[in-house]
Amino acid sequence: MKYADEFRDKEIALGLAKAIRSEADPEKSYRFMEFCGGHTHAISRYGLEDMLPKNVRMIHGPGCPVCVLPAGRIDMAIRLAERPDVILCVYGDLMRVPGSQGGSLLKAKARGGDVRMVYSTIDAIRVAEEIPGRAVVFFAIGFETTTPPTAMMIRLADKKQLKNFSVFCNHVLTPPAMQNILESPDIRNIDRVEIDGFVGPGHVSTIIGTEPYEFFAEEFGKPVVIAGFEPLDMMQAILMLVRQVNEHRHEVENQYSRAVTRDGNLRAKEEVSDIFEPRDQFEWRGLGLVPYSGLKLKRAYSKYDAEVRFDMNELRVADNPACECGAILRGVKKPVDCQLFGTVCTPETPMGSCMVSSEGACAAHWTYGRFRDHQQRRAS
Amino acid sequence: MKAHQRKLDISNGCVDLSHGSGGRAMSQLISGLFHEAFGNEWLACGNDQSAFDVGAGRMVMTTDGYVVSPLFFPGGNIGSLAVHGTVNDIAMAGARPLYLSASFIIEEGFRFSDLKMIADSMGEAARAAGVYIITGDTKVVERGKADGLFISTAGVGVVPAGLDLSAGNARVGDRVLISGTLGDHGVAIMSKRQNLAFETEIVSDSASLHDFVASMLAAGGKGIRLMRDPTRGGLAATLNEIAQQSGLGFRLQEAAIPVKPGVAAACELLGLDPLYVANEGKLAAIVAPEVAAAVLAAMRVHPFGRDAAEIGEAVADDHHFVQMATSFGGGRIVDWLSGEQLPRIC
Repeated sequence: MKYADEFRDKEIALGLAKAIRSEADPEKSYRFMEFCGGHTHAISRYGLEDMLPKNVRMIHGPGCPVCVLPAGRIDMAIRLAERPDVILCVYGDLMRVPGSQGGSLLKAKARGGDVRMVYSTIDAIRVAEEIPGRAVVFFAIGFETTTPPTAMMIRLADKKQLKNFSVFCNHVLTPPAMQNILESPDIRNIDRVEIDGFVGPGHVSTIIGTEPYEFFAEEFGKPVVIAGFEPLDMMQAILMLVRQVNEHRHEVENQYSRAVTRDGNLRAKEEVSDIFEPRDQFEWRGLGLVPYSGLKLKRAYSKYDAEVRFDMNELRVADNPACECGAILRGVKKPVDCQLFGTVCTPETPMGSCMVSSEGACAAHWTYGRFRDHQQRRAS
Repeated sequence: MKAHQRKLDISNGCVDLSHGSGGRAMSQLISGLFHEAFGNEWLACGNDQSAFDVGAGRMVMTTDGYVVSPLFFPGGNIGSLAVHGTVNDIAMAGARPLYLSASFIIEEGFRFSDLKMIADSMGEAARAAGVYIITGDTKVVERGKADGLFISTAGVGVVPAGLDLSAGNARVGDRVLISGTLGDHGVAIMSKRQNLAFETEIVSDSASLHDFVASMLAAGGKGIRLMRDPTRGGLAATLNEIAQQSGLGFRLQEAAIPVKPGVAAACELLGLDPLYVANEGKLAAIVAPEVAAAVLAAMRVHPFGRDAAEIGEAVADDHHFVQMATSFGGGRIVDWLSGEQLPRIC
């Protein structure tokens, strides 16, 4: 497959793995957080852990939009789906995300709620055009990457004067979450998790550029390398981080230069800021309330805001107390540290959101990597 | 006075509730459309069942429901699929398929012309496979109660003496062979889904495999432990089932697994893994190491096995993991499919 296989070349990978091994100081340990769920998935899918020396470890971050969505927002969506006048359009991986009390959109659908799986925002617009008699709500979710398409669809709906279309907005922002992690007591004071550097988000950065990370690199003294999602991208980014650590540098470097610039996509940023504005705070699973980390529709577009139109109340519910998704999303714990992992919580019956999305740390480890746990146990 | 009955208007007419009511309309649909398509001496008797002689030895029986959406796809339709799928379930036991039954659940308003096209391709697929559809049933449900047409087929076949292919037979050291490229059927179906339509030249691999199986058995004999056709859940589901049932694990080499570039590209785009995508004309065989080369050679000379490959081996593993060395150089599990990747693929 042209334009993809080139980034999965085994020989080049072995070369990079060798370079990482020879340059990583055996006396030191290197712990890098990949922020993005897409990176978590690539690491597991291609078995990158096997190619890294023991003292270079990856810590999975909170960059999986499905995983960080708190159960309360799912409950709100379920309530919406239960209304007979509403058709709720959602991406497939949201269907199984657990809300409170064992609820999910999949179960709401089975009970008669009209929940439809769509592949893009425009599918939801189509449904709204085809069924003018019912209210079509698009469950918008994602980081900066998916916000511009939602903005464009709201603009399109406005142009078409689609009266039955609205958006349940759950778009969130990357930089406030990274800041929250770096400022969390787990990492700053107690020193439970040392993060020596970040693999920065690739697709998010195509929109926002590399500039917003310069603050972190400077303020927190951590190197950041923006990386693409192919396995060679990851290996190269890890090598770049090892070099920064060795040379006591903390800069923002751009491994993903084929797609990312310093300024990002100005047109997309403009589109987003025309239609959305930051919420004062937004709840993240695992991180709690994070100031200015979520987006909502501006007043001028409030007729397309499902929360306004259906007078939705913000619901906040507690996660299952045994579920460690929160600590896992902050990188404080690993999936195997959770007593639910692989016992009552599996991709078939997820208790926490990290087990739902293929980008979630638990699902990735369960699906691709759990054989290593048994190998390790045998070895010890 | 002889009752006059108007002929079925196949080009413009459609199924209504009377075609399932047991009356004259139903009888006309059966004789005018299904008998025409399947034409054989058993159906011509018009009984509620069909009688046939049973030879000595062991027989196999299987049944399968078909709910594929859309009904017509590149490389086939629900009719040909309903024959191939059931024939292949019989063939995986090394058996020769003999007779099929076919049951139709039709939604009111379904066009005769579509039904005829589907019945004709069932007849054609059955003739090509040397099997007979000897009994059937027709039901019609109200509009909105079924999505056009569902078909169930059952089949019986006879197993050659001394042959026992079964899921528990795999042994450590056995080799895993697959007959060709993975994921063709699933991608062909997806390319025609209404909300997903994309351009591809990939056609479904839907085909009857029993002749192919016979040529493999001729080459491998008792060295062939078992065979499975990796339909829903793809190769991943098939190998996980076998690992559980045989009480061992598998180690695969990703680089050896054949996937067409068009399928790989479509999967890349849709976020799917070809190992989990359905096939309808492929098989996986677990064979003893000493016959692996001979069986593989026999597969490659058959049109259904041109891209056949050895992709891994059975290993001792208490956890029954299917592990894979990725083309990139790392390791991963090929786990069971979780959730539903593609509803209504067959």
